[in-house]
Amino acid sequence: MNYLDQSPQVAERFAKLRQRPVILDVQGLTKTFVTDGAEHTTLDRISFQVFRREFMCVLGPSGCGKSTLIRIIAGLDTPTGGKVLLDGHEVTGPGPDRGMVFQSYTLFPWLTVKKNVMFGLRMAGKSQYEAETEAREWISLVGLSKFENNYPHQLSGGMKQRVAIARALANRPRILLMDEPFGALDAQTRAQMQSYLLEIWKNVDVTILFITHDLDEAVYLSDRILVLGTNPSRVAEMIEDPVPRPRDRSQFVSEPFLATYARLGELIHPPTEEQQERLPITRLTEVGDDVE
Amino acid sequence: MKKKPGIFAPFGEIPPALEAVLLWASFLLPLAVWAVVSYVPFVWHPLVRITEPAGVSYFRPDTLVEKKVFAAENEKLAAQGLPLAKGVPANPIFLPAPHEVAQAFHKSFTTPPRRKGEPWLHESLWHSIQIIFWGFFWSSLFGVPLGILCGTFKVFSRLGEPVTDFIRYMPAPVFGALAVAVLGIYDAPKIAIIFIGTFFQQVLVVANTTRKLDTSLIEAAQTLGASRPQILFKVVVPGIAVDLYNDMRILLGWAWTYLIVAEYIGASSGITYFINQQAKYRIYDNVFAAIIMIGIIGFTTDRILALLGAKIFPWQKKSDKPGLWKTLRARRAALPA
Repeated sequence: MNYLDQSPQVAERFAKLRQRPVILDVQGLTKTFVTDGAEHTTLDRISFQVFRREFMCVLGPSGCGKSTLIRIIAGLDTPTGGKVLLDGHEVTGPGPDRGMVFQSYTLFPWLTVKKNVMFGLRMAGKSQYEAETEAREWISLVGLSKFENNYPHQLSGGMKQRVAIARALANRPRILLMDEPFGALDAQTRAQMQSYLLEIWKNVDVTILFITHDLDEAVYLSDRILVLGTNPSRVAEMIEDPVPRPRDRSQFVSEPFLATYARLGELIHPPTEEQQERLPITRLTEVGDDVE
Repeated sequence: MKKKPGIFAPFGEIPPALEAVLLWASFLLPLAVWAVVSYVPFVWHPLVRITEPAGVSYFRPDTLVEKKVFAAENEKLAAQGLPLAKGVPANPIFLPAPHEVAQAFHKSFTTPPRRKGEPWLHESLWHSIQIIFWGFFWSSLFGVPLGILCGTFKVFSRLGEPVTDFIRYMPAPVFGALAVAVLGIYDAPKIAIIFIGTFFQQVLVVANTTRKLDTSLIEAAQTLGASRPQILFKVVVPGIAVDLYNDMRILLGWAWTYLIVAEYIGASSGITYFINQQAKYRIYDNVFAAIIMIGIIGFTTDRILALLGAKIFPWQKKSDKPGLWKTLRARRAALPA
């Protein structure tokens, strides 16, 4: 089976998706850094569009500038060229319409879970009471009501990221930007968090742009996968994920999943490169049992 | 091949029980040395305290004379066949024994001043504490906000820090004469010396602490819609609060080190005045008691502030909460490079 083959339901879903309004429009984004007088281009004319309620993953090898891309969209970095439009308006700086979940834990350590989630609401000028009521709902959405009065240091990594998601969503952003949010978690927790996230996305009216270098994660979560190449990074391919929804982990061995996975592998690690990277092996000691 | 780590493993841990023992030992060992020197007659004791003057004209009971002189006089007496003078080995008057100093803790408070109008010890101490308080208060009132501004905004940092860094190398006491000329001879110049000694360090230390704040917290706040003033007051200030508090404790310790110099300036006052007076009257046990009191006051204040800090900042991890050992260690790590 080819990763381009789509079952009728999946094809129909994508047809509908394409008709939705564009929320995020990235046009010819370029970013160059100057280090020691030499110019480095990290992002080279990157253009793509994200539709309303879409779940898009940006996949690329480490060092390809995925983080720079999402930081520019968030308004935390400025591009050298090109622009980012959110609902048709150019992005000029960070704002609550683009919620962000970082890879590092960025909960405010001096605030309880509830106060963390209330932070954005209070900044927007909502009353204590209003903010508290809304925060409670978001906390229960991520299943942490029991912990609302705990401080971040009392939570596990996965719980912290759930609070971070609730905190970003509480502002009702147009798009949720996630920069390898589960990268620091252990494999089991990560798998659990992926399922939580799909659940949350289903229940909340939000568009998600999700950065990852994990192929499984990208195929499991996405509607479409934007694959970036390296040096400088350009859009290598935009893949429509053929795995039908609703998703569950049994699909990891399904044909469309594996076909997509294989294609992503080719794009991320081209076969020639892999051969070159083989380490020269020298035997330094007598090896008794041959394990190969 | 496998070796137990043992207590001398480089950068290794030691059992908590041992840690407690060492903590006590750290105070008791110097005390033990002091006790040995004071109570064991054949250790040091360069003098003889006369108990029976016998025929020596200038010997009086309780006079301290050098061993050589004592021996020489006794030789003379022996030659004349007269009874010998008697005495016991003694230390110089400036080294009182531990028990004498311990008694002096009580005595120094109850001894009335020699002359009318001189302060009692408790008045002297209270005066010193007030000088420290006001010096530190004025310094913090300006130093902390300035430090936070320097740490948060590069403009303030580049404008304020070079000159602060320059001035902090000037020892506070050199401003003494100037302070007296401008502010008179009473408390104001003393407070000014504490201020000068603390303020410039404070700006730099606070700026440094502010810069150490995790910038991803600022970015998170920005994506949550916080404005610039909100970031300053709702993220930077609470974000550095714990470290700032600990900096303040260390800086308060430094303020104490400027106290003695400050009190020499203009009309001598406070604990320094008391110590000098007692030294003049050769009441050295009171001198020792007063010096140790300064240590106790400083140390106790710091411990109280440490415990208070743990209450004020409930979000600290247990491991970050200041134990006694951590408090002692923090002192050495404060200044920016």
